[in-house]
Amino acid sequence: MKMSEIKVKDKEISVPGEVLAVGMDVLPGAGTYREGEKIVANRLGLVMMDGRTIKLLPLSGRYMPKTNDTIICKVIDVGFNGWRLDTNSAYSAMLSMKDATSEFIQRGANLTQYYDLGDHIVCQIVNVTSQKLIDVTMKGPGLRKLKGGRIIEVDANKVPRIIGKQGSMVVMIKEATQCNIVVGQNGLIWIDGGPMNELLAIQAIRKISAESHTTGLTDKIKGFLEQNSVPKKTHQD
Amino acid sequence: MTYKQRIDGRKFDEMRPIEAKVGVIPRADGSAMFKIGNTWAYAAVYGPRNLHPKFMQDPQTGILRCSYNMMPFSSSGERVRPGGSRRSKEISLVTQKALLPVLNLEDYPNSVVDVFIELPQTEAGSRCAGICAASMALADAGLDMKDLVSAVSFGKVDDKLVVDLDYSEESYPDGGVADIPIAMLPNSGKISLLQMDGEVTKEELMKLIGMSKKVLMDIYEVQKKALKDKYKGVED
Amino acid sequence: MYKELRSHIISLLEANTRLDGRKLTEYRQPITIEYGVIKTAEGSARVKIGETDIIVGVKLEVGEPYPDTPDEGTIIVGAELLPMSNPEFEPGPPQIQAIELARVVDRGIRESKALDFKKLCITPGEKIWMVVIDICPINDAGNLFDASSLAALAALKDTKYPAFNGVKVDYKNKTDKKLQLEKTPIAVTVIKIGNKFIIDPDTEEEKVVDARLTVSSIDNGTLCAMQKGGDMPLSAEDIDKMLDIGIEKGKELRKHL
Repeated sequence: MKMSEIKVKDKEISVPGEVLAVGMDVLPGAGTYREGEKIVANRLGLVMMDGRTIKLLPLSGRYMPKTNDTIICKVIDVGFNGWRLDTNSAYSAMLSMKDATSEFIQRGANLTQYYDLGDHIVCQIVNVTSQKLIDVTMKGPGLRKLKGGRIIEVDANKVPRIIGKQGSMVVMIKEATQCNIVVGQNGLIWIDGGPMNELLAIQAIRKISAESHTTGLTDKIKGFLEQNSVPKKTHQD
Repeated sequence: MTYKQRIDGRKFDEMRPIEAKVGVIPRADGSAMFKIGNTWAYAAVYGPRNLHPKFMQDPQTGILRCSYNMMPFSSSGERVRPGGSRRSKEISLVTQKALLPVLNLEDYPNSVVDVFIELPQTEAGSRCAGICAASMALADAGLDMKDLVSAVSFGKVDDKLVVDLDYSEESYPDGGVADIPIAMLPNSGKISLLQMDGEVTKEELMKLIGMSKKVLMDIYEVQKKALKDKYKGVED
Repeated sequence: MYKELRSHIISLLEANTRLDGRKLTEYRQPITIEYGVIKTAEGSARVKIGETDIIVGVKLEVGEPYPDTPDEGTIIVGAELLPMSNPEFEPGPPQIQAIELARVVDRGIRESKALDFKKLCITPGEKIWMVVIDICPINDAGNLFDASSLAALAALKDTKYPAFNGVKVDYKNKTDKKLQLEKTPIAVTVIKIGNKFIIDPDTEEEKVVDARLTVSSIDNGTLCAMQKGGDMPLSAEDIDKMLDIGIEKGKELRKHL
């Protein structure tokens, strides 16, 4: 059998239509498709070899709601039985009364007491139908209304890098800036910690976003945070 | 009378100088600039996003909505009245048809992908420049695309077949002129835009289509580089 | 709708800073002006203030004078809030925001007599030059007023008359004759949020504006046009302070021309 030929390097940027590999023993992964003998890029993305599968990691693209994602939403409508939320995607979500809080909400209660127009909340996606109807819940650890602080938007595809392995990157930023930070899978990030600290955290996050496809990022961010740190109390190791 | 030499001295199969850049409109989900000679196009993509009015929504797929618009000061002659014209509406339509084949919007029911093409300056070949910019902008917006779309206007001036008809050739006084914009999916060679103004024989047209793949691949290389350059060299 | 954002911005303003760390009366950087970017226009300029990016083109047309001013030419200012530049802008005929933008830029130029309309006369009672200014945002990251007005001035500065044989304008031939600018009116929009004043609002700040005052002034600090916007009223002290800021910042912006 003829050996397959891989035409691109790992971590190379690939564009739609570009031939990534030729041969039948390379498998087309996410972001690619097979055309005869060729494996072709199906989007703009970062090449990633995974065993015999070649796939493309997205570098951009609006958020696509997924079940179990924890996201930050804005309340855009308050009804009789629930709230409609902006999820920072093409689709809005519904939060019904019964999923809103661990308290008991009476029928006919004024729902704006709980969450009002313009409030930002952390919630979890419970279900997404094929027609992209989305149900969310506020019952769960960490799910709550966000008060104070500010919200920024990043490309949702950068969120894994911003969070880091087991949360290591975001924890590093939190410690260096003394800020509370909640990262939504949908690209909305809440930061609370006072003007200068928030600004530093945001700059670090934007840096990660811009350089998410490069190597050595953790060290670069560590260096950036140390260079620009706002004076704070030192602590023992 | 034969057209012995092109008015601006180019070879018959030579395009005007091309420039392309991606990510030029920060507020958009995807954006690009494409310039060929003095024709300059911007494209911004927003989406997939919410679509209203509701009656326009398609429960089986997202829709692609394209808008081509010339800025009032973009024409070589008089000012262009803002607000679009029948011409710009038709160009919006054929642009949408040129781009749709590479996209798969089935994962985005009831939503819309909006493509806005604006031309600050035009000197022939504007719809093709718009399509080139739009296809880069769609890729920049992270949409699933099986190929880019590359486009340029071919033509016939008098007795010669030419690539990238410019303004002086479009209005060539002596012989007949045919203006043939073509858009192609570079990797499959399939054509998604084909229009014609003027007179050509079938043989001449098929000859031009034969020439088009190589020329459009050159444009594809420029578009590719512009997309990759956006992510290059992020200095500290 | 923006309660939390507003209270956060106000607390930042109390601490003398803003969302991006700027001071209250600081413009975003860089501010750049590029002249003659559009070859098909008689004059043009591209202005960037931070990420806000605007192109203004000037076309000169020959028309008939208004009956009550037979020996004067005129200006016509148009602005389109192009959907390309901002996800909130919808396609369609100009909304009121576009109309207000165009009219505010128009007043700054017209009322300051930046152009001597009599010099735009070709044949009294019959033919005059109309200076048509079109404002096209490429990217709206806030403060379209100031960027548009600066770009319009720069475009006028760049404008040369096209050839005119008495009957028809030949747009393909530009003469060397420049449009004469008598004054340089600069518009500065001062924003009130809570009880603080800022200039050059970004996209987020524009959402929580209580009131705004666009102040157009000429080189010697004389006011030539004003526009108050926003839902909240202004006191006389507010206006006094905002005018001072507008005039001072106008001088700063003018240096970029």
